[in-house]
Amino acid sequence: MATLTEAPPVAPPAPERKPPRRRGRWTPYLLLLPGLLWLLVFFALPVIYQASTSVQTGSLEQGYEVTWHFATYWEALSEYWPQFVRSVLYAASATVLCLLLGYPLAYLIAFRAGRWRNLIMILVIAPFFTSFLIRTLAWKTILADGGPVVDALNALHVLDVTAWLGWTAGDRVLATPLAVVCGLTYNFLPFMILPLYTSLERIDPRLHEAAGDLYARPSTTFRRVTFPLSMPGVVSGTLLTFIPASGDYINSDLLGSTDTRMVGNVIQSQFLRILDYPTAAALSFILMAAILVVVTLYIRKSGTEDLV
Amino acid sequence: MEQYEPDRLSPAQEAAVRRSFRNGRAALSRRSLLRASAGGALAVGGLGALSACGIPPAGNTQGGVPAEDHSKKEKSVSFSNWTEYMDVDEAGREHPTLDAFAERTGITVKYTEDINDNTEFFGKIKPQLAAGQDTGRDIIVLTDWLAARLIRLGWVQKLDPANLPNAFANLSPQFRSPDWDPGRAYSYPWQGIAAVIAYNKKALDGVEVRTLSDLLDNPRLKGRVGLLTEMRDTMGLTLLDMGKEPEKFTADDYDAALARLQRAVDKGQIRRFTGNDYTADISKGDFAACVAWAGDVVQLKADNPDIDFLIPDSGYMMSSDNLLIPNKARHKTNAERLIDYYFEPQAAAQLAAYINFVCPVEGVKDELAKIDEDAANNPLIIPDKAMQAKSRAFRSLSSKEETEFEEKFAKLTGA
Repeated sequence: MATLTEAPPVAPPAPERKPPRRRGRWTPYLLLLPGLLWLLVFFALPVIYQASTSVQTGSLEQGYEVTWHFATYWEALSEYWPQFVRSVLYAASATVLCLLLGYPLAYLIAFRAGRWRNLIMILVIAPFFTSFLIRTLAWKTILADGGPVVDALNALHVLDVTAWLGWTAGDRVLATPLAVVCGLTYNFLPFMILPLYTSLERIDPRLHEAAGDLYARPSTTFRRVTFPLSMPGVVSGTLLTFIPASGDYINSDLLGSTDTRMVGNVIQSQFLRILDYPTAAALSFILMAAILVVVTLYIRKSGTEDLV
Repeated sequence: MEQYEPDRLSPAQEAAVRRSFRNGRAALSRRSLLRASAGGALAVGGLGALSACGIPPAGNTQGGVPAEDHSKKEKSVSFSNWTEYMDVDEAGREHPTLDAFAERTGITVKYTEDINDNTEFFGKIKPQLAAGQDTGRDIIVLTDWLAARLIRLGWVQKLDPANLPNAFANLSPQFRSPDWDPGRAYSYPWQGIAAVIAYNKKALDGVEVRTLSDLLDNPRLKGRVGLLTEMRDTMGLTLLDMGKEPEKFTADDYDAALARLQRAVDKGQIRRFTGNDYTADISKGDFAACVAWAGDVVQLKADNPDIDFLIPDSGYMMSSDNLLIPNKARHKTNAERLIDYYFEPQAAAQLAAYINFVCPVEGVKDELAKIDEDAANNPLIIPDKAMQAKSRAFRSLSSKEETEFEEKFAKLTGA
């Protein structure tokens, strides 16, 4: 038996060939350029500027100089921690309420609305056609002391319960924490509904049928099939609600009182009234850091990092 | 046989794609992008940038910086004012007093309503004025305390009395010499703003109020009293109520007045501190009584007969919005002529009939009676002798005091 002793054929030296020039190499970067420039000018630079402001000392007349006065952070935090806690609490309550209100509505639009789908979608978005301020002011009329809503709540003794819980004061709703949370919930509800709708709408209805065929009860179908599949919507909806809500100051300003001020109100008054720019900048950074931490923890917990 | 699905990747393919995003050299995962941009920002902008961008001092240019006056060559003047602070005709487009001025002098007025809020407007013009540049405005209208700050910073120009004969002759005595601009060297009042107490008869439900103390103490008004976020008005009335003089109070007086308000806040007496939006609260009856601006009260009363006002025996706070010529304004003489024009009784009456604030011009009553009899007899528009006597002003504050007092007051209001 002839053994194969031949040396393996040596491949002829490959002709010097340049790797094919990848013409589109820079295209993605060029396409990214406008966005990056935008981010640089309107995000990165202001952030650096504010970071610098937060470690400056001085006054309007003398000017401000960077003295690396990090104590501002500590002072701001120890002075205004109640407003921070309140911001997180109110924003979280509003987010949960938005989810509870928004989910059924998004579900309805996605699976049950049929030909009414577009109309309901428009109704969800329509409030956006008026200004944020007007929408918030409208709540002052809705919740006015002698108004039908408050009268009804009083007749049902609901306000006694909420007053006992510390959500309202006396027999009114306006100028209490409840009013602020209501305002936040209302103003950010569409931010919850839209992402929920997009992820619910993507679910194949045949999956529901399949679950039914496998003898899953509707509640089980929802728990095991629908809800897990809508998680991306839940996560992005909650983020889109929580983040702006925790920095909001309009709702607290118009619907709240002295004991409902949020961190946004403090930043606004530090910047505009007191002219203490370093403290205002430090507060903004603390808020940003706090939100980053909360959001990171949340995304890790919900385990959908790839989906967001 | 596996069904062929063109747009769906097999699990293995999917994992491979995902890996390539994650691990490949060119992998641009969202996380690495974030990390890279954060790192980049720090490295590039870095600490050097942080320390380089201090804010230069506001620059004190005593006496203001004039620019070359183009008044002769360019027959125009640019006037920035608050919204709804000027007379308009029926159609709502023309401003009759401005048109009359233009017709008489040949100077066209570029009128812009771009001031909504003192603090916000200050933020808007600060960069230009601090850098010694033209703001593009010849006349701006600012409330006392901000006018005082601009004068202190040297950002406005000294007025030439030769161009202001009417203004000098007809200015009401109560506006003549504020402590922040003695003798009105830099500013003239546009309108006076009286802070008084307004109430809603229906919401009061028989409770009698005469003083601010009634608002702060009467348990029947618990949670239905409003105060203004404008520190000088609210604190001024409180100081007056405590028998102190807002023209020369001490820091201790201020703290005492603050403590008095704090007790009312802690009791839940105060529903909230408001800006202009108090008008809705008082007309709906959510506020039974509140500190209010006289100009608004005139309007509110016309719309809702339940609303009325009272002047406490201790007095009321008077401030004003003031006409100022910022540094480097191009048409200083034209601007001065326009200021002077509004101190002619006829023009002032026309304006007062329309906007209902306290008119700072003497001898307007007869002119105003020709247009609107009621307005002429309204002490909130043309203050009578008794009303003038009760008018009090908040003293000017040093910049250190201003920061300190505003900060304490902000804490009272919750922020």
